[in-house]
Amino acid sequence: MSPRTTLDKLWDDHEILRREDGASLLWVDRHFVHEGSHHAFARLQGRGMPVAHPELTFGVADHYVPTRGAPATPDIARMIATLSENTARHGIDLFGLGDPRQGIVHVAGPEQGLTLPGLLVVCGDSHTATHGALGAYAFGIGATEVAHVLATQTIWQKKPKRMRLSVDGVLAPGVGAKDIALNWISTLGADGARGHAIEYTGSAVRALSVEGRLTLCNLSIEGGARSGLVPPDEVTLDWLRGRPCVPEGEGWQRACEAFLALAPDDGVEYDRETGLDAAGIAPVVTWGTSPEEALPVTATLPDPARAPTEADARRIAASLDYMGLAAGRPLAGTPVDQIFIGSCTNGRIEDLRSAAAVLRGRRAKVPGMISPGSAQIKAQAEQEGLDRIFAEAGLDWVSSGCSMCVGMNGDLVAGGKRCASTTNRNFRGRQGQGARTHLMSPVMAAAAAVTGEITDARDLLKGRL
Amino acid sequence: MPGWTLVEGRAVALPIENIDTDQLIPARFMSTPRAEGYGRFLLHDLARDADGTPDPAFPLNRPESAGAKILVTRRNFGAGSSREAAVYALVDAGFRVVIAPSFGDIFSSNAINNGLLPARLSPEETERLIDLCPTTLRADLESQTLRAGEETLSFELDPVWREKLMKGWDDVDLTLAHGEAIAGFADARRAARPWTWPG
Repeated sequence: MSPRTTLDKLWDDHEILRREDGASLLWVDRHFVHEGSHHAFARLQGRGMPVAHPELTFGVADHYVPTRGAPATPDIARMIATLSENTARHGIDLFGLGDPRQGIVHVAGPEQGLTLPGLLVVCGDSHTATHGALGAYAFGIGATEVAHVLATQTIWQKKPKRMRLSVDGVLAPGVGAKDIALNWISTLGADGARGHAIEYTGSAVRALSVEGRLTLCNLSIEGGARSGLVPPDEVTLDWLRGRPCVPEGEGWQRACEAFLALAPDDGVEYDRETGLDAAGIAPVVTWGTSPEEALPVTATLPDPARAPTEADARRIAASLDYMGLAAGRPLAGTPVDQIFIGSCTNGRIEDLRSAAAVLRGRRAKVPGMISPGSAQIKAQAEQEGLDRIFAEAGLDWVSSGCSMCVGMNGDLVAGGKRCASTTNRNFRGRQGQGARTHLMSPVMAAAAAVTGEITDARDLLKGRL
Repeated sequence: MPGWTLVEGRAVALPIENIDTDQLIPARFMSTPRAEGYGRFLLHDLARDADGTPDPAFPLNRPESAGAKILVTRRNFGAGSSREAAVYALVDAGFRVVIAPSFGDIFSSNAINNGLLPARLSPEETERLIDLCPTTLRADLESQTLRAGEETLSFELDPVWREKLMKGWDDVDLTLAHGEAIAGFADARRAARPWTWPG
């Protein structure tokens, strides 16, 4: 057999059949549903069909859950109740409100050991690529596809092109996975990896913890890739061992052999290869309304008058206008109105620890909210005393959910307000109508809280890492 | 969903890059049942002032855009979330074809599943069509071409998707016909890789 990439191996292992036109029917090992899956359940109901494999399907309440008190409106409460009804009707295990396993689906799934290397994982959410950090082939799907997976436990797909993104060298202190991701997206563009499945490799990727890898894979879609993965290694196995749904004893040994065999074969060629030098990456902040509109914190804002094309000039001017920013000014020093730390991108324990390293013993100049990625992370952070550091800084420590990343639960940024946010999308109106979002890492958001403006976190981390 | 081969109708231009799914339909409208129709949510916050009044200058609000079936727009259309509601909003507003140099991958699959054609042209060809809009345009899946006046352009589309749009397949029916192969695969997988079933 010719050398194969990790994606090749995952693909071959899940292909039930291939049609003459090139579409493959793939087996789905794990299907996560959330409140937004109501369209798909309605389709299933309309056809009077059962869920084919409820034991491989898991429900997680995250998009609409309150982070404080009760659901904000009757509509929001209804969305959460509908998920409970649909999962109960079909015998699907639900991590609902109040369940200790509840969290954001892309945090809670891996945390419970439901995501393993070699699995094919789908969810009606574009950030499903997150699960690729554990060596799974994971991608987001729409409601019609969710209904299809519920009904058949399979999905029709055409094999994406294979792209290797290598990051070699050592990241500077205060620079992390979020900065790697925003760096490549700003270089290749928000549609730069369209049609490709990314395999992240290189010494800087291998040196990342699983938390960091989850952040890196999470942002694959922001560069246009429906999936991204890190080939499993010892770091992956160490992280998984002992989690609730992970096999034990001899079963674990057998599984580990299979997991490590997923590494790409020597000499394998990819359809596309690109690389980054880790040492050259500075903390990155978005300035515009697409994740590709990002710059090192040390940079100045772009000037439409200097844009290479007229189309670029128009786009830059429109983004600066929406963001209320002036061309050519330094990005650092831009005042912010509030901060948000959390989401499936940066709501994990390491993210909270790194934010706490900046915030310890300091007061925030602007209000902010910190929402852990899961109930379990909330408990762990409280055990470590991180919640006290946040409270002493004057920031709100709230419960877990998608919260202010997407605003569906009513946690919104007001129109015209500027938010330093650890989330994944700086789209117009994403955090609320007219809201201005700057994406950045947890240490950068924490630094913005302390100074009230966009700040190079490395200055505030001296002697603290 | 019925298949189609030809769509002819009014084409309007939305000459903006990176129209993401949050702009196509803001999240706050997504708890609405589909039966109520999603057309009124399409590009809601771009098309309206903060108080909800339609902005007469917005391209889709102009009188010549009434009844449009075809949208011509710039690169990276539909990037972002997997919300199929973004496609529902376009379809419920009467659109059958969107033309752009590039699309979000999940948006494209969702579009195909709802009979909406995401036709890719080069940036230069797209700009030529934008300049022609508003105009009458004919999209032909058989010849994979777009025709407006004297201009005929070939668009790019995955052959699997072209076939599906033309036949109007329901994937669930198609898949259930392979029920035995699926069941056999599942049994073999469970025996060979028992850990893939959660313990």
